[in-house]
Amino acid sequence: MTAFLKLLARNRLALAGLIVMGLVAGLALVTPILPLADPDVTDTANRFKPPFSEGALLGTDHLGRDLLSRLLHGTRLSLAVGIAAAVVAATLGAAIGIIAGFYGGRTDNVIMRGVDMLMAFPYILLALAIVAALGPGLMNALIAVAAVNIPFFARNIRGITVGIAHKEFVDAARLSGMTDARIILTEVLPNVVPVIVIAMSTTIGWMILETAGLSFLGLGSQPPQADLGSMLGEARSALISNPHTSIVPGAMILIIVMAINLLGDGVRDALDPRLRSGALSRPLPATEVRRKGPVPAHDGEGLLALRDLETRFHVKDRVYKAVGGVSLSVRPGECLGIIGESGSGKSVTALSVMGLVASPPGVITGGAVYYDGQDLIGAPYSTLRRLRGEKVAYIFQDPLATLHPLYTVGDQLIEAIQVHHPVAKSEARARAIDLLKSVRIPNAESRIASYPHEMSGGMRQRVGIAMALANDPDVIIADEPTTALDVTVQAQILAVLDDLRRDRGLAIVFITHDFGVVAQLCDRVAVMYAGRIVEQGRTDEILRAPAHPYTSKLMECVPELGEGRRRLEAIPGLPPLVDRLPDGCAFAERCHRVQPDCRQGELTLEATNDSRKVRCRHPEPITRERAS
Amino acid sequence: MAGYILKRLLSAIPVLLGITVIVFLIMALIPGDPATAILGSYATPENVEKLNRDLGLDKPLVQQYFIWLGNMLTGDFGTSFALNRPVLDEVLERFNATLVLAGTAFVICSVLGVAAGVVSAAQQYGLADKAITFVVLLGISIPSFFLGMMMILLFSVNLRWFPVSGMWPIYGARDIWALLDHLVLPALALAVVATGVIARLARSAMLEVLRQDFIRTARAKGVPERRVIWGHALRAAMVSIIPVLGIQAGFVLSGAVYIEMVFQWPGVGRMLVDAILKRDILLVQGGVVFVAACYVLFNIAVDVAQSLLDPRIKT
Repeated sequence: MTAFLKLLARNRLALAGLIVMGLVAGLALVTPILPLADPDVTDTANRFKPPFSEGALLGTDHLGRDLLSRLLHGTRLSLAVGIAAAVVAATLGAAIGIIAGFYGGRTDNVIMRGVDMLMAFPYILLALAIVAALGPGLMNALIAVAAVNIPFFARNIRGITVGIAHKEFVDAARLSGMTDARIILTEVLPNVVPVIVIAMSTTIGWMILETAGLSFLGLGSQPPQADLGSMLGEARSALISNPHTSIVPGAMILIIVMAINLLGDGVRDALDPRLRSGALSRPLPATEVRRKGPVPAHDGEGLLALRDLETRFHVKDRVYKAVGGVSLSVRPGECLGIIGESGSGKSVTALSVMGLVASPPGVITGGAVYYDGQDLIGAPYSTLRRLRGEKVAYIFQDPLATLHPLYTVGDQLIEAIQVHHPVAKSEARARAIDLLKSVRIPNAESRIASYPHEMSGGMRQRVGIAMALANDPDVIIADEPTTALDVTVQAQILAVLDDLRRDRGLAIVFITHDFGVVAQLCDRVAVMYAGRIVEQGRTDEILRAPAHPYTSKLMECVPELGEGRRRLEAIPGLPPLVDRLPDGCAFAERCHRVQPDCRQGELTLEATNDSRKVRCRHPEPITRERAS
Repeated sequence: MAGYILKRLLSAIPVLLGITVIVFLIMALIPGDPATAILGSYATPENVEKLNRDLGLDKPLVQQYFIWLGNMLTGDFGTSFALNRPVLDEVLERFNATLVLAGTAFVICSVLGVAAGVVSAAQQYGLADKAITFVVLLGISIPSFFLGMMMILLFSVNLRWFPVSGMWPIYGARDIWALLDHLVLPALALAVVATGVIARLARSAMLEVLRQDFIRTARAKGVPERRVIWGHALRAAMVSIIPVLGIQAGFVLSGAVYIEMVFQWPGVGRMLVDAILKRDILLVQGGVVFVAACYVLFNIAVDVAQSLLDPRIKT
């Protein structure tokens, strides 16, 4: 509770709302003992006195009554009626909701049908119908406003109650022989009350507005008694000649409702955990770049070359070093594998290339990415945009989430072509069909009109590949494109990619956690751990003799056909948290070859021959040969 | 699709019946004798008895309901006492005026609200977002009737841009320009609250969608940001915005009553308030049932629009 209040207090707008509301409520409370004129005494000789006149701070109305006094008494009345309506609606609505949710079945069905019927009415119309039946009057307006809000509460509370009614503690209470009434009062109600309070805090503003509205129409408080709404209604006829009589009560309603809304928003924000974590912030079109050190120069190697790339996530006051200085390069026609466990930074490395890391919270803090000699990290958005999909294309994991659910796959392919090439739609469509055929989708002509949800996982993944190929790019970055697929489909997809690389001279960066896949497709491989490359070299060399203990452990995780005797090893422990990387080697904690000096100083990526690099002080012995 | 529409129309029948039951029950709440309520407390006992017989009020409640329902189904909503005219004629004429007002306001609040929400989300925490958030807060906090009055003061009385009230000029041609001239202020005043509600929801729906993987895919394809926001993201966000548009249509339709009072607009809301004050019960009953029924049908249209937008909905 105190944590909640602290959160609320940190929200400055909500605090302002709270203070204003407190002031207004305080004024309303002390109104009867303030030295004010009688709000209902008419004095027609002094009608329509302007504000700040002698003896009437806010002037007088059409009957010469003191506006300040009427305002404060009206506020008192409006607040009282609004709050009363909220309490009545919340109490009855909650009671109905709890009964429906607790008993379920037929009771629930009948009650909720009725509630749905009531909700089929346009809100204010129902209130008008009720007032029509009961007759104009403040009490009847209160009843009407409360009544039309009951369905809202009933529905919300029912939802919560249904969840609670099946919890273990309720079952336990039932078994212990408690009566239903007692279970509801002692077990259900305490869990529902916070929801009721929140729902009230968000609707009380509406209730005050609605009662004021009915009074404004002449259906609420009757003269001489006046709430803010009827003050405004009476002042309407003098709107043009004496606007202050309208502005005074109208502004008061605005102030009250605005304060309540601010407060309600604050309460909601304080209670919504997603807002607290900042998860609801939108990613920018390109990852934010804040490079501190000098930009590493291009050494001329590779079509796509990463140099000391650093990407971090800034979440509140924590900094997660997701990518801690990665250098890689890939040549045309070459396939480079990046392998590592989940959270090793391989995906973030790949996404950083084209500025696709969600930002906030992602920030590229150092290094460079050279495509064809041009640094992409410092490049303006327009340059990145032009290259994305045209020269460097991505294939993502899980195409059900990565394809737009509401566009046909054809439209998504056509768009991929048309954003880079101004061709006619028919031409783009023909190309799209060719693309689908090239990734071996049967009936491409009819499949083009399908939506992603109408396709199988393997077909969707092919669409993802076809989309990446749409503009005949030079580089394809494939982020675990086969992880969600079964083995036969996976083999087919890998074959498609391998053909494309040979036929079109594509450079492929292939991210995976599966050494089996690396062995099939990749010329070279980089092993990542805790945001850094720990070993890099030609695939066959690394497969034959892994130097880094992490690499060898990772390889032991792959089952091999006909090798039933070998134990399938899991690596003990978990990767370190990248916001608190230990000194020395990040893998030391889990390493079977760990020595005391592994936990000190910075480890560098040392070249062991012209193509091989390893970041380890005590690598696996070279002599150790793997099964050939 | 035709089958889906038919199915939705059929499923509306119990809702429509429910509405008539609720209206009937509410009217049955009228304390004392309805005939006395209609004729006033000075009516002679003979007149009261005759009226009760004419209205069928001497019969049991259930029978009364079915007589009333049967009459309505044949288009007979009864006769208004105060106006001495068939209820249906009066309601239809007034509803026309409300439809012009509420329809315009609905278009305004949908377009402005969605646009404001999208801009706000796209510029999250930026200047535009803060400005829109503030205006939206103001919009959902101001009573529409007060806003209408202030608009009259500013735009009609001081600036003389628009007429003060009414739907048509007293003298002069009743053409579309005259109507538009009279329509601008009330339609805007009516649209403000709904615009705010829609903008808020559109903003959070957009923020939700912008974090999805398919937005990253669109960006990875090289789709220009403007198109990512207004095409890919908005299209997906509309799935959760459209139901709220349906709800807001109800608010605009029934909230028109305040605006009709402020701007002297000859709509069904003002008719209802007058009828309530004059205890013209049949007119109230007929008006409420008619408007509620129209709203139910409108919501079916919303559902159909939703199914057209989202291919994942089984039709």
